[in-house]
Amino acid sequence: MSSTPFYTPPRWSATFDPHSVAEIHRAAQTGIYDIRGAGAKRKVPHFDDLLFLGASISRYPLEGYREKCGTDIVLGTRFAKKPIHLKIPVTIAGMSFGALSGNAKEALGRGATQMGTSTTTGDGGMTPEERISSKILVYQLLPSRYGMNPDDLRKADAIEVVVGQGAKPGGGGMLLGQKITERVAKMRTLPVGIDQRSACRHPDWTGPDDLTIKIQELREITDWEKPIYVKVGATRPYFDTALAVKSGADVVVLDGMQGGTAATQDVFIEHVGLPILAAIRPAVQALQDLDMHRKVQLIVSGGIRNGADVAKALALGADAVAIGTAALIALGDNDPHWEEEYKKLGTTAGCYDDWHEGRDPAGITTQDPELSKRLDPVKAGKRLANYLAVLTMETQIIARACGKSHVHNLEPDDLVALTVEAAAMAGVPLAGTNWIPGKNGM
Amino acid sequence: MNVIDLSRTPLREVNSRLQKLPNDTNERLWKLINVHGEHACAVGLTKPIEVQIDGHIGYYCGGMNQEATIVVNGQCGVGLAENIMSGEVRVKGNASAAAGATGQGGLIVIEGDAGTRCGISMKGVDIVVGGSVGAMSAFMAQAGSLVVCGDAGANLGDSLYEARIYVQGKVESLGADCVEKKMTPHHLAKLERLLKRAGINGDPSKFKRFGSARKLYNFHVDNVDAY
Repeated sequence: MSSTPFYTPPRWSATFDPHSVAEIHRAAQTGIYDIRGAGAKRKVPHFDDLLFLGASISRYPLEGYREKCGTDIVLGTRFAKKPIHLKIPVTIAGMSFGALSGNAKEALGRGATQMGTSTTTGDGGMTPEERISSKILVYQLLPSRYGMNPDDLRKADAIEVVVGQGAKPGGGGMLLGQKITERVAKMRTLPVGIDQRSACRHPDWTGPDDLTIKIQELREITDWEKPIYVKVGATRPYFDTALAVKSGADVVVLDGMQGGTAATQDVFIEHVGLPILAAIRPAVQALQDLDMHRKVQLIVSGGIRNGADVAKALALGADAVAIGTAALIALGDNDPHWEEEYKKLGTTAGCYDDWHEGRDPAGITTQDPELSKRLDPVKAGKRLANYLAVLTMETQIIARACGKSHVHNLEPDDLVALTVEAAAMAGVPLAGTNWIPGKNGM
Repeated sequence: MNVIDLSRTPLREVNSRLQKLPNDTNERLWKLINVHGEHACAVGLTKPIEVQIDGHIGYYCGGMNQEATIVVNGQCGVGLAENIMSGEVRVKGNASAAAGATGQGGLIVIEGDAGTRCGISMKGVDIVVGGSVGAMSAFMAQAGSLVVCGDAGANLGDSLYEARIYVQGKVESLGADCVEKKMTPHHLAKLERLLKRAGINGDPSKFKRFGSARKLYNFHVDNVDAY
């Protein structure tokens, strides 16, 4: 026998993994939960668990560089006198001035406008800059009603009644004192520097019957011109979609748990709500059961990164997607260019999520005038336009490969799942089988 | 006076007509009859006209009002004059829940009682209630004044910001971070002006003033029991 001492390498617990241990230490030291930005970081079933089948003997593809594959979309065809026409099926999700710098909001508007799509306001009202830079602007009606103004309501191209968001379904907004500058405070009618914790419930309606009347009021105030969206966090997508339709929505926006936030408790982000993959099928089912699929449009969001994600969302029945976190990354968020400064903040490029602190080296999630200056809205807007163009082209590549002359012709039959879980959630067959969990097959 | 009978004219047409009056209109006095509890009546008005509504009215009457004076000769549903910007909305009877919610300016006068959450999240509107208000009134109220000539229900002013509350009668209980404050001559004068402007009888000297203790403005774990 060897005389060398036997060595057993340290073994991490699968339950008490390094992150869990570090979090317990942090909680014990500070006595407060962790707050951060962005969406769920845990691994959840996602679009990566789906594959497209592409063309075969029974499916005829389109020529990649010759045959047209449409990408346009009309939103708000149910009741609005003036529906929205977008050139691409990718929109920019609601993000507030306050959470984001003025330059970041302007850049979002510039990039979206170059590509013929819409941006969305956020908790805190509409700024003149974003109205000017965004050709198509969706105005959010949130529980806080900060800066809510009928003049802005009429200036908007659509109105989005926000019931919840994927990062925190059931939670209100949060903007900590570091970011409540004089301008932000004035827009929200709050003292400078306080922690702004906005309401989680609307102040003047409760439940779908009230929401019906609320939507009626908004239509009356805006002469029935504007499409009215209802945004929900993905929790009970079948019922929420059905109730939004019942309440008179033109468009339902469904946000999965990977969707970002400016500031929320980590435990909330990681443990409440559904991944978007699990939410689309029930929402589409609700629309189909009500004979409203394609009549009330469905926008889905939460973790959209590339054209494959867009194509998969559309194939599952969505009419468009919305991006938030990916749009910020396209502007320059978490860019390795700022690595030295990320290190000083105790993080690294790609992982920075303390968006609530207002110290963003990239000048995006901040109200610090010096940091904000770092983001050139023209250049950043161009980066976003480039990214949106790539998302669109990638979606078209997949659609053509599946033989579709429009990205909206993608369908569940084009998809298979790599895992049983994804097959069950998306309602498509497990790859190599015709088995959809919950349905008959082999 | 222009009289519109809502049993004959659709609400859409009524609102549209009132909203689209020219700036220099001389048709400044309107009466709506047979309103039968319609929701979203006289909403989004922008001109300095007077609209009298005869009968009980539904949700969101006078919503987002700018400049107009609206008088309801009856009772009102939920969300009276929600997000009012300016002008005046007066109710001769009672108002249901969330009257004046998120109101940003102007004046709301409720000559009778108001239900729960009166003045919720108000942001600058002045609300004068001749009677009493229900529970959770002035919840998260940010700016403006709520004057209650009668009593106030439980948890008045919960999570209050910078709004001011004046109550002549009893207060069932105060909400988180809401405290009684000294009635200074400045506040007394302001209250007197508000009552006079609202045409509501009240003895300013009998009112108590409530405001935010400002202890919960920045979250601290030591205050967690307050929530």
